[in-house]
Amino acid sequence: MAEKLLEIKNLKQHFNVGKPNQVKAVDGISFDIYKGETLGLVGESGCGKSTTGRSIIRLYNATDGEVLFEGENVHGKKSRSDLKKFNRKMQMIFQDPYASLNPRMTVGDIIAEGIDIHGLAKTRKERMDKVYELLNTVGLNQEHASRYPHEFSGGQRQRIGIARALAVDPDFIIADEPISALDVSIQAQVVNLMKKLQREKGLTYLFIAHDLSMVKYISDRIGVMYFGKLVELATSEELYKNPIHPYTQSLLSAIPLPDPESERTRKRIVYNPNIHNYAEGEAVEMREITPGHFVYCSEKEYKQYKTIYAK
Amino acid sequence: MDKVLEVKDLHVSFDTYGGIVKAVRGVNFDLKKGETLAIVGESGSGKSVTSKALMRLIPNPPGRISKGEILFDGRDLTKLSEKEMQKVRGKEIAMIFQDPMTSLNPTMKIGSQIMESLIKHQNLSKSAARERALELLRLVGIPQPEVRINQYPHQFSGGMRQRVVVAVALSCNPKVLIADEPTTALDVTIQAQILELMKDLQNKIDTSIIFITHDLGVVANVADRVAVMYGGQIVETGTVDEIFYDPRHPYTWGLLASMPSLDTSVQTELAAIPGTPPDLMHPPKGDAFAPRSAYALEIDFEHEPPMFQISDTHFAKTWLLHENAPAVEPPKAVVDRRRSMSANFAKPRLVEEAVR
Repeated sequence: MAEKLLEIKNLKQHFNVGKPNQVKAVDGISFDIYKGETLGLVGESGCGKSTTGRSIIRLYNATDGEVLFEGENVHGKKSRSDLKKFNRKMQMIFQDPYASLNPRMTVGDIIAEGIDIHGLAKTRKERMDKVYELLNTVGLNQEHASRYPHEFSGGQRQRIGIARALAVDPDFIIADEPISALDVSIQAQVVNLMKKLQREKGLTYLFIAHDLSMVKYISDRIGVMYFGKLVELATSEELYKNPIHPYTQSLLSAIPLPDPESERTRKRIVYNPNIHNYAEGEAVEMREITPGHFVYCSEKEYKQYKTIYAK
Repeated sequence: MDKVLEVKDLHVSFDTYGGIVKAVRGVNFDLKKGETLAIVGESGSGKSVTSKALMRLIPNPPGRISKGEILFDGRDLTKLSEKEMQKVRGKEIAMIFQDPMTSLNPTMKIGSQIMESLIKHQNLSKSAARERALELLRLVGIPQPEVRINQYPHQFSGGMRQRVVVAVALSCNPKVLIADEPTTALDVTIQAQILELMKDLQNKIDTSIIFITHDLGVVANVADRVAVMYGGQIVETGTVDEIFYDPRHPYTWGLLASMPSLDTSVQTELAAIPGTPPDLMHPPKGDAFAPRSAYALEIDFEHEPPMFQISDTHFAKTWLLHENAPAVEPPKAVVDRRRSMSANFAKPRLVEEAVR
């Protein structure tokens, strides 16, 4: 797992640059994604987690910073063929299974679109065989290939979205809230499917979500975002056991658990960004508290956190 | 405790070109004063239709309440005329919807939206209504109400908007508040705030709440009693402890097992419920959940199971509770959390439909 697949260095994504309504949606975040792992990204809506995902896959042109995929910069000028090569390796699954499938294309054509663009099938038969195989992989039938998206339920559509992402044999998949729009009983089906595919194909996931218990379950490491910044990054076990940043603590304390007893006694921690009280010019950055556990803090806080942690 | 609301054998169906969709098929429940009843179930289970039927908000055509009674204050709401119903709606029974953006009028200042029902139902003068609106905004925790009262919904964030919706719903001190997935569109931190607010207000003004959701974490947080719906029927109902610590219906097991708790290890596979919800145009014969259930018995495919009573408050509609049924072991996630309930009867009792 030591091998880095993706390096994100000081990525910035600002909108409306130079206008009064400039938004710093992502404001200088850095992290690595290792081969074969699942990195979860959590935070409230508007914290920039989806924008991060979209900038990584080049749906937006980054304002500043670098995204290195296998050592190669994703952004910047690229020839058509380079871009094509890159697009094959990185795919995305979207949140809304109703809006992300073209209603005028059959499921077969939706899945085969990537195969056609990249010329992965030589004959018609080969193309359809690939589609059938993909449909089987995600738990749908061959007959579904000739149907249209409106004939499917939400969970089935999300399976189609996954099949489409898999069609070009990617190494890395960005899943932007893939289960938020689904029912509880169906969520577990899709998550199980994604885990199965990861085991079989050695995929790497960036899993963006706000359902913290599901993120904990699927991710190896989790990054917590707040206002365009990454505030804490750790393995999922570590993050839930020893949350250090006050925002992470507040976020974890707000998750409702399916257990009446713990709910009755739950104390919610409220996060107030003013407690940091950073002085002007104080260097606030990601610092490593214990190996693999990074927290966004100042030098002073770093010492504080370390002593708290040592206890 | 007094019953505020009693629903008896409610049937709601929709006439479509494809046939009749039987969205709600014989629902019975009651609501006591000051309690919170949570209705859980997946989309299409009929939970929202049930709540809309209580408010008589089912568009007709195509929908209609084909059978059953909704007793509120001794009156059957299904028999009221539209004009009489308008006096109940908003005043006696109020509703909070899922999406705070679409349930507020974007062209009206939020002050006038709160004042609307005060002027209409309580015959307050405009200035008195304004005073009350300010009071309500303060009550639901909106800072600077004097400024905010003159603003439009788009100037509010999602959580603040939902607070406004709560203020509108509570403006006439309703006896029953129906909350249809009020926090689904919100972030966890905001969700926690709104839930705290609702519990707090319930203590202050003593309303009964029907809380519709599919999030079991939220249910554990707010509910006194829980009703689990599947395929247009209530399949299990009980106190919140009975449902979480001693569930009896295979569908409730499935729901509880399919949610990872924070200490579910990464290695264990989630117990997903296979398949998809039933097609209510042609409801399956027998137990609607049988085709998706690993615990289905042969009889489940032939005869609809009756209600069995496990304690004074706990009912489940499954053949597994019949004395001739084989003993089955629920999924591990359910067994792990099971506790023995002292109030349980020695043996589940069959409930005669006619008596209830």
